[in-house]
Amino acid sequence: MTTLVIAEHDNKELKPVTLNTLAAAQAIGGDVHLLVAGSGCGAVADTAAQIPAVSKVLTADSPAYEHQLAENVSKLVLSIAADYSHILASATTTGKNFLPRVAALLDVNQISDIISVEADDTFKRPIYAGNAIATVQSADAVKVITVRGTAFDAVENSGGSAEISTVGESCDAGISSFVGEELAESDRPELTAASVVVSGGRGMGNGENFDLLYKVADKLGAAVGASRAAVDAGFVPNDMQVGQTGKMVAPDLYIAVGISGAIQHLAGMKDSKIIVAINKDEEAPIFQVADYGLVADLFEAVPELEGKL
Amino acid sequence: MKVLVAVKRVIDYNVKVRVKADNSDVDLANVKMALNPFCEIAVEEAVRLKEAGTADEVVVVSIGSKSCEEQIRTALALGADRGIRIETEDAPDSLSVAKLLEKVVEKEAPGLVILGKQAIDSDNNQTGQMLAALLDRPQGTFASEVNVSGDSVQVTREVDGGLQTVELAMPAIVTTDLRLNEPRYAALPNIMKAKRKPLEVLSPDDLGVSVSSNLTLLRVEPPAERQAGIKVGSVDELLEKLRNEAKVI
Repeated sequence: MTTLVIAEHDNKELKPVTLNTLAAAQAIGGDVHLLVAGSGCGAVADTAAQIPAVSKVLTADSPAYEHQLAENVSKLVLSIAADYSHILASATTTGKNFLPRVAALLDVNQISDIISVEADDTFKRPIYAGNAIATVQSADAVKVITVRGTAFDAVENSGGSAEISTVGESCDAGISSFVGEELAESDRPELTAASVVVSGGRGMGNGENFDLLYKVADKLGAAVGASRAAVDAGFVPNDMQVGQTGKMVAPDLYIAVGISGAIQHLAGMKDSKIIVAINKDEEAPIFQVADYGLVADLFEAVPELEGKL
Repeated sequence: MKVLVAVKRVIDYNVKVRVKADNSDVDLANVKMALNPFCEIAVEEAVRLKEAGTADEVVVVSIGSKSCEEQIRTALALGADRGIRIETEDAPDSLSVAKLLEKVVEKEAPGLVILGKQAIDSDNNQTGQMLAALLDRPQGTFASEVNVSGDSVQVTREVDGGLQTVELAMPAIVTTDLRLNEPRYAALPNIMKAKRKPLEVLSPDDLGVSVSSNLTLLRVEPPAERQAGIKVGSVDELLEKLRNEAKVI
């Protein structure tokens, strides 16, 4: 039994979520191989080879994989799939994009967004926006799975020395091309990887008021997130959204400011270790999940908090 | 150009789901059902393409028992031209749905297929991608903008770090994200008109697809509840707790 994990990276660095996905692979058992598909991604493969959980690193280096186009990456994965009992990717927008294609080409269902491994064919996954947890068993010959990173503790990232080998012909389907991207530039840590997250909701009133949160975040080395209500109101861009339709986070400390606590939002952050809620409405549902609740006007409490950090 | 939109009947997003006492599934008895929100956005986008003169026909397809004709009619009231229902009993799995849709695409030959990125019941986020793979066509998933020009389409996608734009050769498959558009409300005259629009019923046999699954749902349980903590009286008390009790700052 050997599991293939497809690494998440930007051709320069391995994304930390890969370490969480590898933890799910370890829980399944057997050997774990890691595929690094990209363009000029040798440094990523070198980093990956140091992960003790990985017994072999496979690299596929071609311009066709530079932007992880699903049409090309899925063909590559398919070309090496025969050697594996399980194929895993992170349940990020990259993994969710290409892995279902792999599943369909293998004539199997994908088991999406797993949060635990019960047996090598049985997994738990949230359904109905996290309002129910399903245990599903797959009789498919190969299990194709996306993994919710926040549900698994990252594996060690150094001390190993896996063999690196090159795989596959370049698979360019020739039906899609990359045009451009607008990635949010920020000195703050990435939302899904941050150990502290400060999030604002509709109570922030407008986009400018998010500056209050950025100041707190900078003192704590935190990432800044938002509820869907704040995104829908146009305060901040969608890539900041925490929740069932946004990102899943599970930091050590989550500070929810002016967020009522809709179930949709809770689904994205309730696995945080410590939750702090600051809201002037003491009936807000967010207080039902918060470890520490402060009923206060955020426009007074947040600047005071920032001043005292 | 023809646009095909696949839609799903799901529990209304405002309804709080309950798990059955025997943990076999969630309880959908007497629960309000609706068009999946992402599918509604897909219908709206297709109708806008028609209004802009880019598309000349919008066909909506759904898979399930007769009850899902209600959602097909909703889509017709929003402006789709005709409907197709594929008769199946239980909710088929994503792969079966993708195989059924593949046959509908072969039959209808649309320039674009638009689907929601995920259904809010099973939360799989895979049917559109699977359909694209089976057809060996390109995909623009999690779309926040769709621009058709000639025989290609540019799709701006919501990705974790921001936005990514890709160009796809048509026919192509697009799956919708929340910010693609704001669906309209169906006007009463359109709801009446929708009742007279054509709705064809096909069986999986008609399409040469056998619906089966290798996935078994063993158990469904409610998520672990988080215990409410304490209320603090001031910012100072909050900081004291975070520093000395929780030790997270």
